[in-house]
Amino acid sequence: MALRSPTEIVQEYLSAIQDYALLSGQAVANLFRRPRYLNDTLMQADSIGVGSLPVVIMTGFSIGAVLALQSSNTLQRFGSLSLTGQLVSLSMVRELGPVLTGMMVAGRNSSGIASELGSMKVTEQIDAMRALGTDPTKKLVTPRVISGTFMLFILTIIGDIVGLAGGWSVARLVLNLDSAQYWQTAWQSLEFPDVFMGLTKPLLFGFVVATIGCYYGLSAKGGTQGVGRATTQAVVAADVLIVIVDFFYTKLLMALMHVH
Amino acid sequence: MSVLTTSNPSPAPEGTVHKTIIFDHVSIAFDENVVLDDVSFELNRGETKMLLGVLGSGKSTILKMVIGLMRPDRGDIYLLGHHVNSMKEEELFDLRRQVGMVFQESALFDSLTVRENVAYRLIEEGVDQQEIERRVREALRFVELEHTISQFPAELSGGMRRRVAIARAIISHPEVLLYDSPTAGLDPVTSTTIIELLVKQRDVYHTSALMVTHRLPDTFTMASHYFDETENKMKPIPPESPIQIPSTFLVLREGKIIFDGSVYELVNSPDEYIREYIA
Repeated sequence: MALRSPTEIVQEYLSAIQDYALLSGQAVANLFRRPRYLNDTLMQADSIGVGSLPVVIMTGFSIGAVLALQSSNTLQRFGSLSLTGQLVSLSMVRELGPVLTGMMVAGRNSSGIASELGSMKVTEQIDAMRALGTDPTKKLVTPRVISGTFMLFILTIIGDIVGLAGGWSVARLVLNLDSAQYWQTAWQSLEFPDVFMGLTKPLLFGFVVATIGCYYGLSAKGGTQGVGRATTQAVVAADVLIVIVDFFYTKLLMALMHVH
Repeated sequence: MSVLTTSNPSPAPEGTVHKTIIFDHVSIAFDENVVLDDVSFELNRGETKMLLGVLGSGKSTILKMVIGLMRPDRGDIYLLGHHVNSMKEEELFDLRRQVGMVFQESALFDSLTVRENVAYRLIEEGVDQQEIERRVREALRFVELEHTISQFPAELSGGMRRRVAIARAIISHPEVLLYDSPTAGLDPVTSTTIIELLVKQRDVYHTSALMVTHRLPDTFTMASHYFDETENKMKPIPPESPIQIPSTFLVLREGKIIFDGSVYELVNSPDEYIREYIA
């Protein structure tokens, strides 16, 4: 394999960022343009939302349960075991719910979108679509972005609730805490900034999951090997981007809403 | 992924309106590799032009540039009087609806049935369901594949897929057809079936066409046969017949056009390369 100069590599990265930004911008601009593909959007919502439900429920429940289990030791040392509900609730709603649901959905859907669109790209189906007078960003990208963004929002709410249920199951069955106390502390600890943060993050993550999947899919080249490469890159990039966006968005909201 | 950027479209100059396609000193290169170098040719209305050349000579690139799937580095391209390389992608979608394209590997949508593939353009245009059904069956009857209407592309043979792709391209009765190696990789019998369909389309509907191929026998069959509507089959043009076939040839070599003319001029060309190519 020929060695490439650092300048070439940087140029390639910058060009990829530019293409990704343009594709994302186009996907958003298409929301205000015709035609709109409602059927495709609903099909994608079913595929992304309903299809990801089992993995989100299993992950959410496990994380909630593990969180309660892990924290119980420390809380017990300070005589604050009754705060288990509060700890699980704040962690799930503010951070773990959105991030882990985003990552689960990225693992399932960024890869799925990238492989589907990548296969279409390498078999000239994308060119055929353009030749038939259809804009692939309107027909393929925008429905996936709308569905990804909206469904991740819903899935995160489900993940949060199931996570709280996981925490409760450990609190009740392992730590012998009172159910009413668990739910009361869990509920009362939540304030507007926590809920706002927890519910706006999935909108960003959903956008990232869908646009990254579409970008890598539409950039695929080099036959089936290229599709495989695009699929892997999409999952890695989506996960990394979710973590980066999460950090900066959390920092921004904490500064704006004076959350500690 | 390529992102198309354009300047304001300029009005088509005099003389471009009556031609289907005009390539005017078009060049394109990928990195250091020059694919097309100062290519100029015209396709008249109702004419079929066959683009010959070895693999990698830039034939498919020409087809993609005709409808703006690729943009030239230099030169001007006109399609049905429109200056393609100054049009925005959004404007090109409307223009592309007047063109049918058959891709080398068919490029059928593999998650859609044959009906949905053939009807794709009509569904996008919001045509009435009954009208769609009628026209899909008409197009599939033309390629003699009406019985595959509910099948998926994966269930069809290579030749059948190519015929479905032709049905998809012709369903909206386009003004110009672009064929990218329609017989590549097919056995001789299936190739003849495909060529007969192209001749039928040419002689029955008089559609302008640009056909890329590296199979010389197919092009000679197209140039020496006509479609007899009464017998519904392709027949050789008898000697001394007044039948005029509007077919011309274009030969590409390393991105340059080295021949543009009739079949008679092609077989009598003094050019060494062409003589070797057609031998």
